[in-house]
Order: sequence, then C-alpha cells, then structure tokens
Amino acid sequence: MVTHPIMSWLNAWNQLMAGFFLLCSFGLIAAAQVTGCMRFYVLQSLFLACSAALLGMLDNSTDLFMVAGIYIIAKVILIPVLLKRTAREAMIARRELVQVIGVPSSLLIALGLTLVAYYIALPLTAGANSGTRIGLPIGLAAVFIAAYTITVRREALPQMLSLLAIENGAFFAGDAIAPHFPLIGELAAVFDVLMIVLVLGVLSTQVHRSLGNTTVGSLAQLGED
Amino acid sequence: MPRMIAYNLLQVAVVLLASPLAVGVLNRLKERVQSKQGSSIFQVYRDIWKLFHKDQIISDQSTWIFRFTPYLIFAAPILVTLLIPVLTSYPLFFAFMGDMLGAGFVLALGGFFAALAAVDTGNPYGAMGASRTRMVGFLAEPVFMVVFFTVCFVANSTIPYIVQQTWVHPKSNFFDPSHVLIVIAFFMLVLAETGKIPVDNPSGHFELAMIDESKSLEYSGAGAALVKWGGCMKFFVLLCVLLNVLIAPWGLASGTGIGDVAWAIPLVLLKILAAILAITVVESSLAKLRLFRITAFLGLALVVAVAAMLARMMRI
Repeated sequence: MVTHPIMSWLNAWNQLMAGFFLLCSFGLIAAAQVTGCMRFYVLQSLFLACSAALLGMLDNSTDLFMVAGIYIIAKVILIPVLLKRTAREAMIARRELVQVIGVPSSLLIALGLTLVAYYIALPLTAGANSGTRIGLPIGLAAVFIAAYTITVRREALPQMLSLLAIENGAFFAGDAIAPHFPLIGELAAVFDVLMIVLVLGVLSTQVHRSLGNTTVGSLAQLGED
Repeated sequence: MPRMIAYNLLQVAVVLLASPLAVGVLNRLKERVQSKQGSSIFQVYRDIWKLFHKDQIISDQSTWIFRFTPYLIFAAPILVTLLIPVLTSYPLFFAFMGDMLGAGFVLALGGFFAALAAVDTGNPYGAMGASRTRMVGFLAEPVFMVVFFTVCFVANSTIPYIVQQTWVHPKSNFFDPSHVLIVIAFFMLVLAETGKIPVDNPSGHFELAMIDESKSLEYSGAGAALVKWGGCMKFFVLLCVLLNVLIAPWGLASGTGIGDVAWAIPLVLLKILAAILAITVVESSLAKLRLFRITAFLGLALVVAVAAMLARMMRI
C-alpha cells in the first residue's frame, strides 16, 4: 500500500480529534453547571463528526462523510435545541451541580478508567490499522467515563447528557472499527437518540416542576401529598 | 565560540529589557477589555525605576533570608534564560549546562526562597500567601512531571534545543495529539504559576484573597524593584518555554549571522504578543476560582497531560 504524504497529516489530525474527544469526556465530569455540561457534550459531538469525516477521507468512504453530516445536524444542532426547548428550567439554572465524589478525585478515577480501556483494547487492536488503534481505546474510554459520570452526578440533566456521551463513545469506536457500516443503521440510531432526548427532556421538566429540582437521589422517597 | 557566548548574553539582555514591556502590554490590554483607559504599557519600567530610587526599609526582626531573596528571585530567571532558546533554534554556549528539569529546579528555588522570605518577617499575610502558593505549587508539580515525562518520551531528550526540533520534523508531528495536549497543559500551568486569573487575581489589592502578590508585600525600595522585575522575567521565560520549546521554533534564528539573530528579536516579541492576547482572552472571560476549586483546575491540567502521554503510548 502506497502511503501518500497527505495520509500522515490526516492521521495526525484524526489522532488530535481523538485526543480532544477524550478531553471533552473529562470536561463533562469537571463542568460545574448544566450549561457547561451541555457545551462539552456539543464539543464532543463536533469532534466526533470531525473524526468521522477524517476517517472518511482516510478510507475513501462517502458513507462516513454523510455520517459526519448526520452527527452535526442531530447532535450539534438538534439535541441542544430540543433540550433547551423541553427542559428549559433545569437547563438555565445557574447553580453549581452536586456530585457524590468531588471533581479532582473523579478526574483521577476517570484517568484510571482510561488506562483500563487502553489495556482492554490493546490485545484487540494488535495488527489493526491506525484508525482502529486510536478509535477503539478512546471510544471505550469515553463510554467508561460517561458511565462513571452517570453514577456520580446527582441531577437528571447531567446524567442524561452523560448517557448521550456514552452513545458518542460507542459511535466513535464504531466508526473506527466498521467504517463501512450501512448508513441506514446510523440514521436509525441517531433518530432513536433524538426521540430519547425528547422524552427525557419532557420527563425531567415534569420532575422539575413538581419537585423544584431534578436531584435524582431525593426521588427515592414517596411524597406525602 | 565567542559569538555563541555573545548571543547567549544577548538573550539575557532581551529578557531583561523586554519582560516589563510584556507585563505592561498585558495589563493595558486587560484594562482596555474592561473599557478603561489603562496605564501606559511602559508603566512597569517606571515603577521599577521609581522603586530603585526609594529607601529600603527592612524589619529588624527579619534574617538574612529576607535580604538575600530579592537577588535570588532576580537571578533565577536569568540563569534559566541561559538554558532555553529565546532567539536561536540552535544550541548556544550554555545550552548543555542543564535541561528543562534543571531550569524547572532553578525557578522552583526562587519560589522556595520567596515563600521563606514571606514567612520570615512575621507578617501574617505573607505566611498566608506563601502557604497558598505552596498549595498551588504542590498541585502543579505532578502536571510538570507528567509534561516532562511526555516530552522525554516523544523527543528522547529534555534539552530544550532538541525538544523544539521534534515538533516540526516531520511537519505532521505538529498536529500530534501529544504535542497539542502538552501545550494545553503547559498553558494552564503558566496561568497557575504566574498567578493569572482562574487561579489568582494579579490586579487584586485585597490581602486576604491574594496568592502570589502577598509574598512581596513587605519589600520596599530596591528589594521590591528586584522582586517585581524578577516576576516579570519569570513570566517572560515561561512564555518563551511555552512558545519556543513546546509549541514550535518558528521565528527563531537558524543562521549564525548577527542579522539573523537581530531579526529574530521582533519575531519573538510578536509571538509573545500573541501569547499575551490569548492570556488576555482567558483572564477577561473567566472568573477567579474559589481557593478550593483550584484543585479542579489543576486536576484538569493533570488529566490533559496524562492524556498526552496516553496518546503517545497508543501510537506506538
């Protein structure tokens, strides 16, 4: 296989996008307000789309370009707009979020999870091309970190955004492993996610209206009235 | 050989003379962003000049540490300047005297004595500021270490002149994730180490909230001038490490002629101006963090640095 000089540039950019993608997962843990979480989620989706486009250039697949377009439309534009529409009150609340474990320790735990993801992916990616070698561990790490974020966050909206970030991680790894995945599958998954966002947004608004906040822990007790 | 020594001394002269200007420009830009007139960009020179002509008052309760520290704070960045590339992209006479770790240690020595001197006079604010600086320093230490490890890992050397060439040979190395992430982590470190806004407010005059400034509250006259000048030089030197060693050796002289080196001076100052613009944006758009949120800020820097190392590991 002849490697064009442009390939090394594309590879470097793809790796860079992967690095930023991972950083956004950490940002989701560290963000102090709901809007911050939202920004990191949108940024992460943007890097996901860039990575898909770069992989499309590396693999010569037009499918991946379309996938990148779908990501931009659905994750970078539609999901934030939908969330702002449906869960307005919880979204604009400018107070600090509570976490079960503090931010610095959470970041360290997330670092540990990244290492775990790396060592899990190491034997699987032996002999694979560079896109897979980068994509699988980073995607796995993003899934782990987002799952961890769900467990430490106490409020519904950040948890929801972490759920969406899990899905981002899965897509990131998926694009790298299976670049020729049928487009219809991606489309279906993305529209599923949009529906989920809509339902969860409405639900969390209802909770917010009846309780005044969306702290999930306090939903364990039954109200008297 | 004499020419290399001369260039090395020229570097020191540039750092000595241009560093107050860098701080002055930063202050002026920040004031302009806040829609104020702002003081002249040469105000820092005037302050230093004024302080040199004032009487020095030293508490008779203090020891030699208090008198000795201003000289050390002033000398440490000069020593570091001898080691790092400020104007040239080829090693100069003193380049192999120490590596980036050595430079880090020299700067840390200055910081250590500054903290000691702050405690020395018995002024409560000094001790408070010193302990806070130590806290920030202790949190920044792991980030420094991981950045150095990663640099070692990538460039197989910690001599700054060798490190800077690694990022541009081949050119696609510039977009290597470990490179970009190291730069981000080090930028966060520079903000923390020089007392910029997410960590400390450099223009605050409230002693209880000070971190960096309160250490030099007790100094007057020439001592205060040296401490102030030393602080400017430390800022300048850290920016040089960030821009010339960790980002790329662009704009540095590659020829040994006197014209090449002289032409590098405005280019380097232009790079410094770009970095100052970035710092102005950060300082004007963020609020100062509460003391206990600084751990989160530097924790994030650590995460970025470790991510840089991981990115390097994954590539192999």
